[in-house]
Amino acid sequence: MEMAIRTRELRKVYTGPPPTTGISPFGAGSLKARLLERLSKKGDTVALDGLTLEVEPGQIFGLLGPNGAGKTTTVGVLTTRVRPNSGEAWIRGYEVWQQQVQAKRLIGVVPQRPNLDFSLTAREILVFHAAYFGIPSAERQRRADILLDRFHLIDRANDMVLGFSEGMMQRLSIARAMMHEPELLFLDEPSAGLDPQTRLLLWDIIREYQARGKTVLLTTHNMEEADTLCDRIAIVDHGKVIACGTPAELKSSIPGGYLIQLRFSQPAPDISARLLVLPGVTQVKLSDESADVYADRGGPLVTALVAAVAAEGVDLIDIHISTPSLETLFLHHTGRSLRQ
Amino acid sequence: MTKTSLSRSPDQSAAQEPERKLSYIVPKPVQPAAAGTQKGINWKAFNAMLARDVHVARRSAVPLLLQTLLQPLLFVFIFGTVMTRSGLMPESYKQVLLPGIVGLSMLTTGIQAVSMRLIMEFQFTREIEDRLLAPMEIGWVAIEKVVAGMMQAMISGAVVLPAGWLLMGRHVGLTLAQPLAFIAILVLVALFAACGGLAMGCSVGQTNIGLLFSLILLPVTMFGCVYYPWSALKSFPIMQKLVLLNPLVYASEGLRGTLAPSVPHMPLIVVIIVLAVADTGLIMLGLNRFYRKCIS
Repeated sequence: MEMAIRTRELRKVYTGPPPTTGISPFGAGSLKARLLERLSKKGDTVALDGLTLEVEPGQIFGLLGPNGAGKTTTVGVLTTRVRPNSGEAWIRGYEVWQQQVQAKRLIGVVPQRPNLDFSLTAREILVFHAAYFGIPSAERQRRADILLDRFHLIDRANDMVLGFSEGMMQRLSIARAMMHEPELLFLDEPSAGLDPQTRLLLWDIIREYQARGKTVLLTTHNMEEADTLCDRIAIVDHGKVIACGTPAELKSSIPGGYLIQLRFSQPAPDISARLLVLPGVTQVKLSDESADVYADRGGPLVTALVAAVAAEGVDLIDIHISTPSLETLFLHHTGRSLRQ
Repeated sequence: MTKTSLSRSPDQSAAQEPERKLSYIVPKPVQPAAAGTQKGINWKAFNAMLARDVHVARRSAVPLLLQTLLQPLLFVFIFGTVMTRSGLMPESYKQVLLPGIVGLSMLTTGIQAVSMRLIMEFQFTREIEDRLLAPMEIGWVAIEKVVAGMMQAMISGAVVLPAGWLLMGRHVGLTLAQPLAFIAILVLVALFAACGGLAMGCSVGQTNIGLLFSLILLPVTMFGCVYYPWSALKSFPIMQKLVLLNPLVYASEGLRGTLAPSVPHMPLIVVIIVLAVADTGLIMLGLNRFYRKCIS
């Protein structure tokens, strides 16, 4: 079967600062700040480090990862805006860099930050976009009407977009990307900055779009979004795919499922043996003053853990239970929280 | 959570809001005509972009026209009308001045039309990203901007010339002895302005745009033979040689040569060749800058 999207060993190094990708409301990227800081010392930023990916047609595929993981750069490469230093990317068999025009016919792109034409009204933005793709005039108007209505923008259809709220601009950006009925829709952090109600509307619309046989690739660092919306997820960190599968597969891949994080008052180098023998514990990752315990149960294990730590002669200063989730998975693979 | 429990229910949402469903699938999907080759131009996309620029320009036609007319007409009024009628300048100065002013207003209009829009679209609204994703080689997006800028420059020339003529009243003494050469020079000057705008708009950031106009445009204007013919510089031999590097000199001389052939001017063939070379150079530079700005 021909893949909707395929990349092989994509590598991208920015010699200057990486292109600004807009500010996400979730913590505005302390990692990005750190990235920039590191950059000013070393000069280069590795955005993609051998990223390989396959997306089957008809799927909603999620790229999940923290800020600065390489999600936006991946979308940039696939949408012809970023030239990789090495590696290849295909959209439906068209090599994205060599056959840009053919690839661009098949894709619709919703950027992280709305990039609407401030000299036009909402309707004109949709209509002109469709005209760029050669869609006849009557059909342009018809599609614009349907999309404006579906995105609850019909009342403001003839207003200039300059006065639109962020959420309205985001909705219009998505409507614009759908105007030419692309086979593949790219959405870069689509629900960032949307209120919960609009987010649900957006999820519905994305599912409807998929139901018509289209492929959707979205980037997100919102676990809930990835979990409920995506058929498959690739977890990206430091420019690489570190895990890929359905949400269920990914979650079941965590040893034990539950993650119990313990923090001690002082280093406890020999505690692993005591913890591993406890019922249900499958794996223990020890670092200086903390231990990540993977187990098939959560709460029922707490008393036994507390006793084991006390027997080792150290004080327990914090204990945290995470239920099976993508967050736990991310922690498992990277040792960092997705929200960091 | 298993896959079956994912709340994927397009049918359900359709039942709730049947009238709002994305039901615009067409029985026969609209397949745009071939034009899918890598380098070939996609006229549909190109024309649609041009239509968009015309649409926007038409919407702000009045302020745009006032902006185009004000400065040149003030110049014409003070130097062409006030100074000549008061006897400070001879009547014949009118025919020296007007062609220069036409060239200058074409230059400023064309540069502004392209560079200001590009700076806005790249840095502020980023709306150019949408056009870069149109099914067309991205160089054509820049060419479209140049064509739109040329159109504006030509319109500005076409408006300033009769308006200035009217304002100066009698004894302007312009003729149109060589209409073909005049049109050729007009097109080359418009192209020069628009390509200059492309190169500048893709090289300068939002914050430096004021600097650009005062540091580049003002000297180019003053040493551009706008207000005096090139032959008048013969008492300043070094300057007369140096200004030959300034393409505006050829624009002014060319327009003067076709509109007021009695004023001493450079041979028109030289003007046309130099302008053509300058245009080619600028468009290559502009496209190069444009690509660098579009692709990271």
